[in-house]
Amino acid sequence: MLTVLLILIPLVAGLVTFGLKGSGPKMLGLIASLASLAVTVGALFQFRTDPGAAALKLDASWIPQLGAKFTLGMDGMGLMLCLLTAISFLLIFIVIYNREYERANSFYGLMLLSQAGLVGVFTAYDALLFYVFWELALIPVYFLCSLWGGEKRIPVTFKFFVYTFAGSLLMLVGLIYIYLQTPEHSFSYASFVSGAVSPEDQSWLFWLFFVAFAIKMPVFPFHTWQPDAYEQSPTPVTMVLSGIMVKMGLFGVVRWLLPVLPKGAYMWSDVAIVLSIIGIIYASCIAIVQSDIKRLIAYSSIAHIGLMSAAIFTNNEQGLQGMMVQMFNHGVNIIGLWIIVEIIQNRLKIKNLNEMGGIAQYAPGIAIFLVVISLANIGLPLTNGFIGEFLMFSGLFQYNVWFMAVAGLGIILAAVYTLNMVQKVIFGQSNALTETTTDLKANELVVLIAITGIILVLGFYPKPMLELVSSTTELVNKVY
Amino acid sequence: MNALISTALSGVVMMFAGLLIGNKQRIKIVAIVVLLVAFAANLAELSTLGAGERTYYGMITVSHFSILFNAIALGATLIFFLLSGSAFEKVGEHVSDYFALIFFILAGISLASTFSTLLMLFLAIEIISIPQYILAGADKKTPKSSEASLKYFLMGSFSTGILLMGIALIYGATGTFNVAELALGAGKVNTLALCGIILMAFALSFKVSAAPFHFWTPDVYDGSPTVFTSFMATVVKAGGFIAFIRIFHGAFVGERLTADWQLLLAIITAATLIIGNFTAVFQQSVKRMLAYSSIAQAGFMLLAVISMNTFATQGIILYAAAYSVATIGIFAVMIKLKDYTFDGFNGLARTQPVLAITTTIFVCSLAGIPLTAGFFAKYFVLAAAVQQGNLLWLVITAVICAAISAYYYFRVIIAMYFKQGEAETEEINGGFKLMLIITAAIVILLGIFPGLLLQFI
Repeated sequence: MLTVLLILIPLVAGLVTFGLKGSGPKMLGLIASLASLAVTVGALFQFRTDPGAAALKLDASWIPQLGAKFTLGMDGMGLMLCLLTAISFLLIFIVIYNREYERANSFYGLMLLSQAGLVGVFTAYDALLFYVFWELALIPVYFLCSLWGGEKRIPVTFKFFVYTFAGSLLMLVGLIYIYLQTPEHSFSYASFVSGAVSPEDQSWLFWLFFVAFAIKMPVFPFHTWQPDAYEQSPTPVTMVLSGIMVKMGLFGVVRWLLPVLPKGAYMWSDVAIVLSIIGIIYASCIAIVQSDIKRLIAYSSIAHIGLMSAAIFTNNEQGLQGMMVQMFNHGVNIIGLWIIVEIIQNRLKIKNLNEMGGIAQYAPGIAIFLVVISLANIGLPLTNGFIGEFLMFSGLFQYNVWFMAVAGLGIILAAVYTLNMVQKVIFGQSNALTETTTDLKANELVVLIAITGIILVLGFYPKPMLELVSSTTELVNKVY
Repeated sequence: MNALISTALSGVVMMFAGLLIGNKQRIKIVAIVVLLVAFAANLAELSTLGAGERTYYGMITVSHFSILFNAIALGATLIFFLLSGSAFEKVGEHVSDYFALIFFILAGISLASTFSTLLMLFLAIEIISIPQYILAGADKKTPKSSEASLKYFLMGSFSTGILLMGIALIYGATGTFNVAELALGAGKVNTLALCGIILMAFALSFKVSAAPFHFWTPDVYDGSPTVFTSFMATVVKAGGFIAFIRIFHGAFVGERLTADWQLLLAIITAATLIIGNFTAVFQQSVKRMLAYSSIAQAGFMLLAVISMNTFATQGIILYAAAYSVATIGIFAVMIKLKDYTFDGFNGLARTQPVLAITTTIFVCSLAGIPLTAGFFAKYFVLAAAVQQGNLLWLVITAVICAAISAYYYFRVIIAMYFKQGEAETEEINGGFKLMLIITAAIVILLGIFPGLLLQFI
């Protein structure tokens, strides 16, 4: 019931929002996201007391002719991502509360629909249902970017849509093939992981799934849509894209690739890891030379996701656990960074780093939070980014020392571009424009305090998060 | 049988209606009423049929499948009449005759879904084709319409000749016209029969505008009065596919034989998908884009013809319904616009939000986005081809083409929502909007519960 509520709340609220006027949409958006967070916290408590509770599941008939059912459920990873979704949407809605969007009803409506789609992806335990939610999460984002984005939004969003749609269709072929191999012709998760697919089939089916997930993450060389899309999207949508939506790809690998095609994944893990590592180095190098702050963060995100995708294929518990914890932490940190970008962009209407400088003198609040979040983003010890990165590198080290050594260069490069960005934005010489910067408003302060709180708490005490995802890690290790 | 009789009679009724009723609006109402009667008569046969099928005089065989297909064809035509019926008046004076011709086409389609001899198949194809040649040239004021009609007639006659030749060769090889008695699959494949099958495959490919026999399609669709293009591209095309699938799945079955024509049709399918999709990308007129997209969609439907399994039968039913309804919907919207180019749709979301949102749903369905009927239509035909086993290369080609199709379909959405402009439309009444909403609701309903249709097979 709780899982259904998590989808229904944003879905119904989203549909209702389309018909509202004035400040109605933003109010409903806030209420719905608060309610979603409350339900997620309820689910979290339920999960800790009884992971198999009926309240976390749903199994209803859908298309009997196909053997597809409306099956929802929660495991540690799904719950963690639902929590990330709920927190992120609430923070986003709070921070944009005093912004006025044209056609606000459609904006908030589409945002809520994308939330429903995302939660659906993280909770679906039927392959066809997963596919449907996978696509549904994409459609509202397509409209959000195309309607409220930057100057080049239409071709950029279109490229993003066609890329991901092509990947999804390949995955659909893979899903159909596996479905036909299952003895009882079913899309249920249990049937998919039953091992019905032969190793020969797994070797090529791997690519149908991997390409779909790699585009979404994005992993080199499937990443070309990402920097443009992040740059051109309105910042709240970029937060959704980079904070939550890229996690769909990582989630897909853990939930639908590793357990369903373990031999295929084992066969191609070297290639997948090498592609991921190329992505880390390549994106980091490009990030260093970026002068557009949105593009810089976009490329830094490719590098971070590259490490996570490498860690998935390391075939050991530490790598996987680190990756899962990092999914949450990266989501929080990157959203924090985007919030600061949004605040600066809203105040100064610029994105070029070379035009910024000296903000610390006029807006110390912004400066403090930017430093804390940036340091968390590069995985400084005692911030939330550290534990995940440590575990992932440790996993990678166990898999192949050389892979770890090359990927490790990413830490140095990340420090270079991140500190360079911090330097250019808040320190140095101020100019006529940056001198007009005003400090944080109450709602912005609340959001950034919340994010910093999460960063520090999980930096000092990551155990609850590690425990939450451990059930999924154990499951994945069994199938190799 | 009921569908065949009732649609043929309906055609005659409409011809007399033209003599007796002067008011064009009333003629449309009469057409809708007789269509509803035909729809009911078709469904009524279900109760008398029982579990099996019934053959009449060794010529036609009525089954659950044929009744369901006829229901879809008649249902789609009903939506077509309700949405676009008033556009008949703009084509020319002979409104009742146009309705009559459409009923005769429907009679041909119901024959195509029930034939049990090759002769009946030939008749079905001809009954479907000839009224279309006339409808294509119905707008006598426009030279393009006459050109379309002539082109269609010449090419159509040519393909009919090929079909007849194919039938003659098969008759020569087997000595019978009866589909059930052909027994081509047993033993060694007769060369004469194989030639016949190939000729029939070519002729039917022409009728469903599969590449490389598609050249007539864009010109004919573009030149014909838009309202009739809508019908030709949807219900009629589905009728062609039903004939295709019934003859190839029903009569040309055998281990060696099936492999032979499957390869031929697989190549035709790949060519259709690639040519249809790639050419549609470059079109500036939505009408021509839809013409090429109908070629592309034919490629998907051909996947069902190639695959010999239950998914294929379910797929063709779902595809016929999903594709017809969505395309009729988008054509109905286009008829109301003054400019048929993509730019003509610019800013439609601001001026006519209902039209824009329903068009979005139709376009998403054509592209195969989940929760619209088009998704499951594509799903079933892809599943059929995957299950076939040796066609994975074709399946991958198809999904890549489907991704390309998103490009041109979404151009309509981009124009409506994201581009500045004042799309000029004719006056649009509440009834039309309501019908559009109902049509879009059908698309979504079938997209969530495809079982609603499939349970009847």
